[in-house]
Amino acid sequence: MSRFSRKGKSKGVPPISTASLPDIVFMLLFFFMVSTTMKETEVIVKYTLPEATETVKLEKKSLVSYIYVGSPRLQHQALYGTDSKIQLDDSFKNVNDIQDYIASEREKRDEKERPKMTVSLKADEKTKMGLVQEIKTELRKASALKLNYSSKKRVVDSRFN
Amino acid sequence: MARKNRNVPEINQSSLADIAFMLLIFFLVTTTMDVDSGIYRKLPAWVNEDQKPPDINERNVFVVGINLNNELFVEGAYATIPELKDRVKEFIINPLQKDDLSEKETKFIEGLGDYDKSKGVVSLTNDRGTDYGSYIRVQNELVAAFNELRDEFCYAQFGMKFKALSVELQEAVRLAIPTAISEAEPVEIKR
Repeated sequence: MSRFSRKGKSKGVPPISTASLPDIVFMLLFFFMVSTTMKETEVIVKYTLPEATETVKLEKKSLVSYIYVGSPRLQHQALYGTDSKIQLDDSFKNVNDIQDYIASEREKRDEKERPKMTVSLKADEKTKMGLVQEIKTELRKASALKLNYSSKKRVVDSRFN
Repeated sequence: MARKNRNVPEINQSSLADIAFMLLIFFLVTTTMDVDSGIYRKLPAWVNEDQKPPDINERNVFVVGINLNNELFVEGAYATIPELKDRVKEFIINPLQKDDLSEKETKFIEGLGDYDKSKGVVSLTNDRGTDYGSYIRVQNELVAAFNELRDEFCYAQFGMKFKALSVELQEAVRLAIPTAISEAEPVEIKR
C-alpha cells in the first residue's frame, strides 16, 4: 500500500499526448466518406415494409430502380390526398408512366448491364393488391421481369417451428 | 527590400481536430448503412391476352388464394399461414404417391442424373382488395417451401446446404426443383 501512495505523490500522472487525435479522427472520417451513399431521391410517400424471412440482398445498387408505393407524406396530402400513390424518381406518377420510367432507367445504364437490371418495389404493407398487380402488369409489359419485393428481415423464432 | 528574412510564424494546428470532427459528424449523420433486401421473384414475360394458357392437369395445380379479408384458402378450404409451407412441400414431394397431389416425371438433369421432377405448380390468386402485407406473408411461405425443399434435397444428395454448393450444381438443383409459383391476375374471390 505504501508503495502506491509514495509513487503518486512523487510523480503525478503524465498527460496523454493528443497529437495523434486528428489522425484517428481523419481515419474515421475517410471510412465514413468512402462507405457513405447519399440518398439521391427524396421519398415523398410513407411506407412500412412488410416482414419476410426469405429475403435476398440486392447486390449492386447501381443496377436497381426503385418504385415507391404508399400514402403521400403529410405536406403533400392537401394536394394528393391520402390514397396510395406511386412515386417514381422525385414525383407522384400514374401506373401508365411506369413503362416510360423503366425505359429511361434502361437508357441510363450500360448496354452490358441492362439485362441485370432489377426493380425494387418498396410498397406499404397496407397497399391494396389491385394497385400492386397493375404495377406488375406494367413491369411485365416493359419486360422488366426481375422484381424484388422489398421487405424487412424477420428473425425466425425457433419455438414456432 | 528593406525587409529582413523573418521566420514564418507557425500555424496553430490545435483546431484541426475540431474541423475533422465536424466533418466526421456530418458524414455520420448523413450516412445510411441499410442494405436493401427483399423477396426476389421473376415475373413471367408478357404475352398477348388471346394466347391460351397451357393445359395443366387439375391434380398438378395447388390453388392458394387470399380473399378481401386477407383470409387464406388452400385448395378451396380455409387454411392458416403456418401450415401452408408444409402443405406445399407435401404437394411437391408427394411422398405417399397420392392421387390428388402432384405427378412426377423422370427427367435427365445435367450434374444430377435422372430425377423424378414434380410437375406441380402453385397457383397464387388474390383479390384486388387484398393487403400487400398479407400477400407478401403468403408469398414468403411459398418461397420458403421451395427453398426448404432444395435444402433437404441437397442434404440428402450432397450432405450440405443449397447455398454451399458450386454454381453449376445450384443451377442443376434449381432445374430439378424450380420455384413453380404462378400468379394469376386478381379475381373476385367469393366470401
